[in-house]
Formats: sequence, structure tokens, C-alpha cells
Amino acid sequence: MLTAILTGFIFSLLLVVAGKYIKGKAAILSALVPLGLFIYFLQFTRQISSGEIITKTYEWVPSLGVNLGFTLDGISLIFTLMITGIGFLVFAYTATYLKGHEYLDRFYGYLGIFMAAMLGVVLSDNIISLFIFWELTSISSFFLIGFNNKEKASRKSAVLALSITGIGGLLLLAGALILGNITGTYSISEMLLSKDLIAESSHYIIIVILIFGAAFTKSAQFPFHFWLPGAMKAPTPVSTYLHSATMVKAGVYLLMRFTPSLGNTELWNTTLITVGAITMVYAAIHTLFRTDLKGILAYSTIAALGILVFLIGLGTREAFVAACVFILVHALYKATLFLVTGIIDHETGTRDVTRLSGLRKVLLPVAIAGFLAAISNAGIPPSFGFIGKDLIYEATLHFGNTGVLLTALAIITNILLLYAGFLAGIKPFTGKLPQSFEKAHMPGFLMWIPPLILAILGITIGVFPSIVQDSLIQPAVTAMGQNGSEIQIKLWHGFNLILGLSAITIGVGLLIYFLFKPSLKLEKGIAKFDKIAPKSIVESIGYGFGQGSKKVTGLIQNGYLRYYVSVIILFLVLLTGYTLLQNTKYVIDYDSFSELTVYEVLTLLVMAVGILYTVFTRSRLAAVAAMGVVGLAISLIFVYYSAPDLAMTQFSIDTLTVILFVLVLYRLPKYLKLSDRKARIKDGILSVVFGSLITVLALEVLGEPQGSQITDFYAENAYVLAKGKNVVNVILVDFRGIDTFMEIAVLTIAAIGVFSLLKLRLTKKNRK
Amino acid sequence: MKTIILRTASNYLLPLLLLFSIFILLRGHYLPGGGFVGGLIASIAFVLHAFANGLENTKNLIKMHPGFLMPVGLLVAFLAGVSPALISNLPFMTGIWFPEPLAVIGMVGSALFFDIGVYLVVIGVSLTIIFTITESA
Repeated sequence: MLTAILTGFIFSLLLVVAGKYIKGKAAILSALVPLGLFIYFLQFTRQISSGEIITKTYEWVPSLGVNLGFTLDGISLIFTLMITGIGFLVFAYTATYLKGHEYLDRFYGYLGIFMAAMLGVVLSDNIISLFIFWELTSISSFFLIGFNNKEKASRKSAVLALSITGIGGLLLLAGALILGNITGTYSISEMLLSKDLIAESSHYIIIVILIFGAAFTKSAQFPFHFWLPGAMKAPTPVSTYLHSATMVKAGVYLLMRFTPSLGNTELWNTTLITVGAITMVYAAIHTLFRTDLKGILAYSTIAALGILVFLIGLGTREAFVAACVFILVHALYKATLFLVTGIIDHETGTRDVTRLSGLRKVLLPVAIAGFLAAISNAGIPPSFGFIGKDLIYEATLHFGNTGVLLTALAIITNILLLYAGFLAGIKPFTGKLPQSFEKAHMPGFLMWIPPLILAILGITIGVFPSIVQDSLIQPAVTAMGQNGSEIQIKLWHGFNLILGLSAITIGVGLLIYFLFKPSLKLEKGIAKFDKIAPKSIVESIGYGFGQGSKKVTGLIQNGYLRYYVSVIILFLVLLTGYTLLQNTKYVIDYDSFSELTVYEVLTLLVMAVGILYTVFTRSRLAAVAAMGVVGLAISLIFVYYSAPDLAMTQFSIDTLTVILFVLVLYRLPKYLKLSDRKARIKDGILSVVFGSLITVLALEVLGEPQGSQITDFYAENAYVLAKGKNVVNVILVDFRGIDTFMEIAVLTIAAIGVFSLLKLRLTKKNRK
Repeated sequence: MKTIILRTASNYLLPLLLLFSIFILLRGHYLPGGGFVGGLIASIAFVLHAFANGLENTKNLIKMHPGFLMPVGLLVAFLAGVSPALISNLPFMTGIWFPEPLAVIGMVGSALFFDIGVYLVVIGVSLTIIFTITESA
């Protein structure tokens, strides 16, 4: 199973080298990857439907309790089949849709990563690995939305989608960590056993809010829905695959997965019902105001996701059945509609629903696919959608006191969804064919076969619902914690209230479709409300955040090296000084000092003169030379106190430093602007304080008794263990060899930094 | 700084200083010295040459970019660290030695090669920085 998940990643990696071969005629071969996975997962159906749950565990980071545990149960199976099945069709479709595109290989690479990540999400049993795959879907979707990266709108939408879903991912991580803390495990199936522990925990509310945050952002629930319409900037295969059939359903999946362990409480159910209901009605009404086919479909997708969240919130067995059925229904018809839209866009160059008509004359098979999908979307018998709609009404009607209200909301949503589906699936094909579209022609079969397959599937399952009843729906509902009698999904229930409601839905929906005409005017009308829409609010928060960080950065990173140095020194002085004041006894053992010799006094004098000269001279070069004198005097002191290694190093370093300074100063302009009196006094105080601090520190270190033990160890063992007589060198190359290795690595990085900084500037200058 | 005296002297000083730096490098294990100081001395030798003859001439003399020495040095130091693990299955960075001392050089072991790595990195780093600054200033 691990191999199955990794296949997508491996495929993408291979494309890095094999990409140029896949761009041409071989593009269709890439569809074999999802097809193979589809067949692989399909063979588990028998086992799953007999109630088995397949688990595989691989150790990953055992020390942190993070394992790659994978579980294939009813819920996972539905999702894996959707991901790989629709994935196969989308991969094939893309081969023609983006034929000859410069970056087709990249596109397949992102799609492959996305597919693998999505499989990881729905198969992970470990919540941490679920989080990692979850984030991978966000990241791969970022690249796919921004695929047309030369367009500003694409880039903006990609960033928006990434930030919203990325924030959700972080919430998921936080929730996962709390859950892991309470239950002592990161395995989702083991968490199920401590259900009571979680429910009684004082953190229960926080956990639920965090999980909701993750699910709602991913599944585009109100008020986080706004990234989804923007994500439609992506090429159509992406919209089909990610933003209608799979990725946005990850949030729904998360809710389904955690229903058994977190659900069935007042907080859980009420929140989900409320958010789901608001989302579905809000988004369904929005479809009336759109003229772009993709925009219509985007809002109808949000509405459908709202329905799913709403159904999970109802929490009854009937509602879960309805949710599982509706996931499949929606995936089938929405993918079809998107693929059809893609063909229309590809052949006519427009997605404006007010301009499209009569295309059946040139795109007949596509029209059939669109028609069948619209039928299923509308819930007209004998489509699968009809069953789905019936089950929804059944679930809402049987829901206690508020059942009538909830049913009414569901009916409104479904009426508007019907309108949206007809607009996308039927409207472009009916009526008169305008002259401008007469030249449109059928695309390659790879493009029109996939939507046709999906659309026909939607009808076939409607006629023979037993295909999915035992194999998919039953195990999924069981996995959501609802055991009980066998589920019976039927097309015909006899004449009853639900059938009546269905008829009302279809009737009113058709009425709206025929009477209401979408127009640009309406679309502009609703744009006035954009200012109070959640999108603008989030965007202004983002803008404010950017401005705020700009100010802070401007304050701290002002670009003057002298400020950086003083800040660093000041910080060190305050921190060390505070600790010293707190913990020091200030006992200086004067007897331990050796007596001053003439040489030392003379050297100190030279040093003092050098320092004074550095500070007060008006020539840059002289100051640098005086600094060099101070450095050489220090190396003399090292010599007196028998530290020849240090003396040698100090001597060479000092030489090089002076050379460096001279090199830089030599090229500086001749005029000399010295810092003013105030700045010099400030710097002077800081320097004196820093110097005194180091002095105190050195004296304190001398007073510490344990230092000598280390010295003794090195002195005794340098020759015994490391065969060296020069203790300093032995420490450097042997005892602390790894430190030295890191240091030379750092040196290298610094040199590369200097090199690239200066060279980069040079090339810019040259370009001018 | 194109004085004829310095230019003439530097032509003789360069090989002398380089020899001296290698001497410092090799004696490091027993007496004051080592790869770091040795590397600094070697770079000073080249910088002196560059001062006297101009950077271009020094570069022609070295023939390759000094930055190239950095990865080479790191590799040598790393291999010296890994060698005990590869040869005698000892932990990373354990010192291993040839049983007999070599003429002139003395005992040869992984620590010496590690020091050579340090020596090369230091030359590479200091020359890269100084040459880059000289060119761009």
C-alpha cells in the first residue's frame, strides 16, 4: 500500500528526467499511473464489503510516535476510487487539453504529487502523517492553481488558496497534537477506543474547533469559501480534479473520519448543521449572479460541499447514507460538467454563458455528456442524483423538530443547484448556433470520452444502485460508526412525500431556468457587496499584516552595519551583564596574578597609544594601521603567556584583516565624514561597557575552579589518545574535530556569501 | 604598489612562504602550528604576491579559482573523519595512524589529513573573500 501511495511521487520524480519524452505523443502513457492504482484499489472492494479493514504499518519516526500507518476501510475506499478513477480520466483529458504545452511535464508532475498526497490523506491512520499529506495537497494545489504563472490573477489566487488551506493545515496539526496528548497515541483507529476520554477532556471544545477549522478551510465552507472561485483560474483539468472531485472533499473526509471519535455531541452536530446550511444556501444563491461557466460551477461546488457538511452534522444513519451517496453523485456529475466546460472553452474560447448556445450542432457527444450530467445534478430520475436527492430529503425530514426547516433549506439549495447544472450542462448546447461558433469542432477523443464515461456512469448507477450499495456505501457508513441493518438504496420508493418534494424541486428549478436569465448586470450588482465579503476582510488583514511587518523590518533592518553591531553588542551586554549582576561574588584573588614585567608594561603602553590613535585620528588608513598595531600587541601578550599557537593565529589574522580593510578603504571616496560628537560618545560608552564586561567575565572565569579539570584531561590524554604533543592542535583536529569541521563549513558558507553578494552586484551593474 | 623591489622579492617570497606554511601545517601536531595558521600564512603569501604584481598575475599563477579549494578541503576533512569508519569500523572521527613514521613528516594519521582539509578550506575562504573584494571595490 505504501508503494501505491508513493507511486505518484516516484512518477513525478521520474518526470524531472523523463519529462521531455512525456510532452509529446507519450503524454497519454502517464494516465496509466492512476489507472493502475484504480485497478489496484478496486481489487480490495470484495474484502472491504465483507467488513474487513486492511491495515499496514511502517515505522517512520518511532521516537516521536509518528508511523506510516495506513488503513483502508469503507470511507477510504470511496475516496481512493474517486481519486484514482477520476484521476485517470483527468490525466487522459489533459493529454489533449494541454497538448504541446511548454510545461506539460511539470503539470503532470504536480498532478502526480497531488494524487499521491491525496491518497496519503485518505489512507493515513496516523494523524501526523495525515497532516503531512494534507499539507502536500495544499502545496501541490498551489502550483496547479498558479500554473499559468504569467497571469497576475493566477498567482494571486494561488497564494490566497495556499494561505487559507495552509492555515487550516496548521490548525489540524495543533488539533492532532492535543488529541495525541490526551489519548497517548497518534493512530486514529486507536483514538477511537478512547472516545470517552476525549469527550470528557476539558480540551474537547478546542480540539473540535481546530479540526473544524481545518475541514472548513479545505472544503471551502462559509466564511472560508472564497478561495475556491479564485482557484478556478487553474487550467480546467485542475478545477475538475482538485476543486470539485477530490481535494475540497478532503475536509469532508476529515469530518467523516473523526465523526466516530469526536462526533455525536451537541457542539459537533449543531456547528456542522449551521455552517453547512449557511454555506449551501449562500453559495447556491450566488450561482444566480454568475455568468462565467466556471464561476457558476465553483459556487455550485461550494453549495454541494455545504450539503455534505450539513449531512454529516445531522449525525443520523440516514444522513450518513445520504452523504456517502451524494459524494459519489457529486463527483460524477461535477467532474463531467467541468470537463464539458473545458471542452467548450477549448473550442470556442469563451466561458460566458450568455454568449454560448447551439453548440450541440458541432459538439454532439459533449452535449450528451453535459445533458446527462445536468440530469443527474438536477436529480431527475433515473439518474443517480435522483437517489441522492431523495436520501437527503429523507434524512432532513426525519430529523426531529427542526426537520421541516432543514428540509426547506435543502430544497432551496437543490432548486438552485438544478438551475446551475442546467446552465452549465444544457444551456450552451440548446438554441441557435451563432455564426462565430460555427467553426468549432470536436476535440480529440481523449477529451470527450472521459466526460461521457462519467455521465453515463451517473445514469447507470442510478438504474442499478446495487452496484455501489454493498460494495461502497455500506462499508463507508459502517466506518462512520453506524452499524445496523442493511442499507437499501432504491430508485423507486413509491408515491410519498419525498417524491412530492422532489417534483417540487424539479418543477421550480426548471421554472427558474426558463424564466431567469443570467446577465452581466446582475454580476456587477452583487460585486457591490464585495466590500463586506469575507474575502475582502481576509485580504485586508493580509495587507495589514504585510504593512506591519514592513514597518517592523524597516525599524530593525535599517541597512547600517554600525547599528547592527551596536545592537548585537548591546544585547550581549544587557544579557550577560544581568546574569553577572545576579550571580557573581566579585572575589578576585590578587595573589594568583603573576607580577608585571617591563615587556608587558611596554606592550600595554603601545596598545593604549594605538587605541587612542585609532579613536582620534582623522585618516582612515591611519586608524586601520593603528588597529593593526593593537592586534600585534595582543599577539605579543600571547607570546609572553606561552600561547604560541594563539599568537601565530592572531598575527596572521591581524595581517589579513588590515589588508582587507586597506583594500576596501583604498577605494572609498576621499572626503571624510566622521560620525558626530553625540554618536561618538554613545559608541564610546558602549565600547567601554563592553570591554569592562569582558574583563569581569575573564576574571570570573579564572575564579572558577572546575576549569582546571578539563585542562588536565587534555594535557594528560593528548599524547596517550591522540599521539600529539601540541594540545591546542590535538583539541582542534581530534578531540573537538567535529566542531572544527562545522567551523570550516561555516567559513565556506561565509565566503560563498561574500562572493555571491559582491558578484551579484557586479552583474547588475554590468547589465545597466 | 608596483615597486620593483617588492615585485622582485615577492617572486622569491611566494614559494618560501608556501613552504613555510606547509612546514607549520605539518609540525602542528607536536609544536605550535596547524592547518588554520598554515592556511592563513599561505593566503598571506598569495596576497603579498597580488599586492606586488597585481591581482591578474596572481590569478594566472594559481590558474584556478581559489573558491575551488573550499569544497576540496571540506571533502578531504570529511573523508579523514569517515576513514576510521570505513577502514576499521570505528566511530566517526576516531584517530587512526600508520604504524611507522614517515621520513621528514613524522607520524601520519587521519588527524593530519583532517588538518590538511582545514588548511585548504582556510586558503580557499580567505583568498575568495580578498580577491572578490579587490575585484569589486
